[in-house]
Amino acid sequence: MNKPATNLSRRKFLITSTAISGGFALGLQIPGTSAQQEGQGNNINIWVEIHADDAVTIKYARTEMGQGSLTSAPQLVADELDADWNQVTIEYVDVNEHIRNDRQWGAMVTVGSQTIRLSQDYLRRAGASARAMLVAAAAQAWDVPAEEIAVANGTISHEASGHRSGFGAMAELAATMPVPETVNLKDPADWHIIGQPFPRVDIPASVDGSQVYGIDAELPGMVYAAVAQCPVFGGTVRSFDASRARDRRGIIDIFGIDDGLALVVVADNWWRAKQALDEISIDWDTKGNENVSNESIKAFFQKNLDAPDGAPMPNNAGDADAAIAEADQVIEADYYTPYLSHSPMEPMGATVHIQEDRVDVWTSTQAPVASLTSVAEALGIPEEDVYLHRVQAGGGFGRRGGSTDYSRQAALVAQAMPLGTPVKLLWTREEDMQHDFYRPLAMYRIKAGLDADGYIKGWRARVASGSILNQMRGVPLSNGFDGISCEGFTRLPYQIEDQFQDFRQCATHVPLGFWRTVGWSQTPFAREQFIDELAAAAGEDPYYFRLKHMAEDELSRHILEKVAEAIGWDEAPPKGHFRGIATTEPYGSFTAAVVELSVNDAGVINIHRVIQGIDPGHVVNPDNVKAQLEGATVWAISAAMWGEITIEEGRVQESNFHNYRLMRLAEMPVMETVLAPTGGFWGGVGEPGQAPILPALCNAIYAATGTRVRSLPLQHHGFTLA
Amino acid sequence: MELHVNNSTYEVDVEPEMPLLWVIRDILNLKGTKFACGIAQCGACTVHIDGEPVRSCSYPVFAAEGKLITTIEGLSADASHPVQQAWIKHQVPQCGYCQSGQIMAAVSLLNKKPRPTDADINAAMTNICRCGTYKRIRDAIHDVAGSNAEFYQA
Ligand code: FES
Ligand code: FES
Repeated sequence: MNKPATNLSRRKFLITSTAISGGFALGLQIPGTSAQQEGQGNNINIWVEIHADDAVTIKYARTEMGQGSLTSAPQLVADELDADWNQVTIEYVDVNEHIRNDRQWGAMVTVGSQTIRLSQDYLRRAGASARAMLVAAAAQAWDVPAEEIAVANGTISHEASGHRSGFGAMAELAATMPVPETVNLKDPADWHIIGQPFPRVDIPASVDGSQVYGIDAELPGMVYAAVAQCPVFGGTVRSFDASRARDRRGIIDIFGIDDGLALVVVADNWWRAKQALDEISIDWDTKGNENVSNESIKAFFQKNLDAPDGAPMPNNAGDADAAIAEADQVIEADYYTPYLSHSPMEPMGATVHIQEDRVDVWTSTQAPVASLTSVAEALGIPEEDVYLHRVQAGGGFGRRGGSTDYSRQAALVAQAMPLGTPVKLLWTREEDMQHDFYRPLAMYRIKAGLDADGYIKGWRARVASGSILNQMRGVPLSNGFDGISCEGFTRLPYQIEDQFQDFRQCATHVPLGFWRTVGWSQTPFAREQFIDELAAAAGEDPYYFRLKHMAEDELSRHILEKVAEAIGWDEAPPKGHFRGIATTEPYGSFTAAVVELSVNDAGVINIHRVIQGIDPGHVVNPDNVKAQLEGATVWAISAAMWGEITIEEGRVQESNFHNYRLMRLAEMPVMETVLAPTGGFWGGVGEPGQAPILPALCNAIYAATGTRVRSLPLQHHGFTLA
Repeated sequence: MELHVNNSTYEVDVEPEMPLLWVIRDILNLKGTKFACGIAQCGACTVHIDGEPVRSCSYPVFAAEGKLITTIEGLSADASHPVQQAWIKHQVPQCGYCQSGQIMAAVSLLNKKPRPTDADINAAMTNICRCGTYKRIRDAIHDVAGSNAEFYQA
């Protein structure tokens, strides 16, 4: 490779170009990465490579786990490059190279529906810069002004002289061109790859069994590990009796790791390891948490709901109490949302191979750097010596985002084996469900006044919930406030002059984690139902009641109007059908939903239609956005109907899909998606679809039955799904 | 014991009660068949035995002896089976992890009922998809069958 040419663009992106054999590669340092902060410019991060044979390789730093950005993120690069989508191939960024190059690819995590919204600017700039250098090369080769050169579908041309060329023929020369000072990004009207429903590039491998997940790693001489952790979180192995297990076929070793946090059986086959594990009687030290139950947890949360002071939210304004005191009517309600498990279909696991000079890791992860680091830390070796192989994740939903429990365990087991023995560690479904990082349990209390004209006067809300940031990540809360737990309250789309809202952190021994849609997966259950309660008290239609409070929030109004229009809100539903509506503003997008259902006397809910609308600003791949909305609806209905992780004697009671019910195909309602992008911003799409479904469903149940469901899941209220 | 998998015959030396899933994945090294629950709840491990869909995580290998076992890898050499093609056309998979099992269940349904009704699909397709691809699974099956997807024309 030649020494890279660099230039600092106006927006402080340090652009780097390099010659590669017969072609060129272009990267850009992303503001905020360590190399950028230290002002280094010699390391290279490649985002796009143009090869002599016209092939364009676009690098992808995040993880594909079903959300589709392995396809949509490269669409952003290819569009600005004016490539032909068919000449594009996509490759994962190597994590070890990332570590060795001062983490120059920026954020590699796939969380918070961030991939498009937080990388769109630099990805588009990478494409536009490469295009500019190809144009400069053609201008020199043809001796024509660069401004007269056009690029379309992978062809560079100059009309007046009749010159035409593919990218490959100009690539070598392009590598010698100065990196452009600035690049102009296209007007959205000129996009031809962004906005197209291109098929997802990873899908063909998912229909013939060739897709490789973490669980599929296979190495010669590999041994398999099954693990048991204390059913009471945080407990350790006091002693164990493995006399019967040791004699079973294929058993290699049985031992504790991590100061007794887990007991491991290693065998020549995973099933043999697991069978042996089941035969071991383990005496656990439960560390005093063996009496914690859902009841004791709820009582503790209830106290926090009732406590006088909490950490105030930043959007508090006016005098809520005075406004409520003057109101015509005062409404108050408490809501409860339980712990939930992620349960991605692929269970947790990792394969680790320790050799003299390197360690290789295969694992499905949303946070490849954190996974790599966890192995380095467990083994006490430099991160540079760890090579993490990128694979598809069999679902993530937050479970694999920074929680490195299983990769650490695999490293510790491999360390205990003779050097050079690859170890595949795999959890059972039971282990996964009982050792998750759960969606926090939360309680909400909202109180508001209504004036004689049916306007909200004064709003008070208390959020009593766990803090994922504090408990899982150890982030200290400033003034005791956690904005993630309060998503949905920190910016109300409704104009209410006087509001006071606060948060109280409730920490228990139950581990907490980011669960698809995080705070937005639960706060709308309270907020959007309470708005319905207010509408009912005011004797108004819940849709128009919302609209009249949204005068200043054009985008929230827009998406709400779109879904109302799609269902035909102003026309009565078929006889016996009832509707519920809700609106939310998650992860930079605006989502709203209408659910139409009927409920019979036995409590059987029949969902006839779901309208799910999103305004993500710009839509990169419309078919994928629809797929995400469809999936998010299934996700939300599963949680609403059956989702609850219950704690008794300090441990999780649910163990597998028979007692942690998930929706099946027969229960899938008719669903219509409404994409209503208004442009001008970039919002997420993987998670936002879920947020309005839960309250829209519960509001429809209220409309149908007069029963206001203030705690989940619905199965505890006698409801079943047709 | 002798196993007939995807038109090949394998001699394996395993405990008779070992679930077929683990023989397929870890002894025969055919990784397309997936493990997700281990208790016959989800269908990720679905294979065909003499054409019938079976949840291989809960099916002892001895019971498969002498029978014809088909895994996702045996469905076609090049993803050309109409169900696989429909899955691509309708962009069914999200994470993809459940889809080998979904496809095997769908193929078995269509072999028996080339024009399944929605009720047939509901009854046959009981595999769990955590990503929630059910709408597209139904659409793809109807597409293969060439029947009317009236269910979705609300
Ligand atoms: S893994 Fe066999 S049914 Fe779930
Ligand atoms: S596609 Fe992810 S579980 Fe079905």
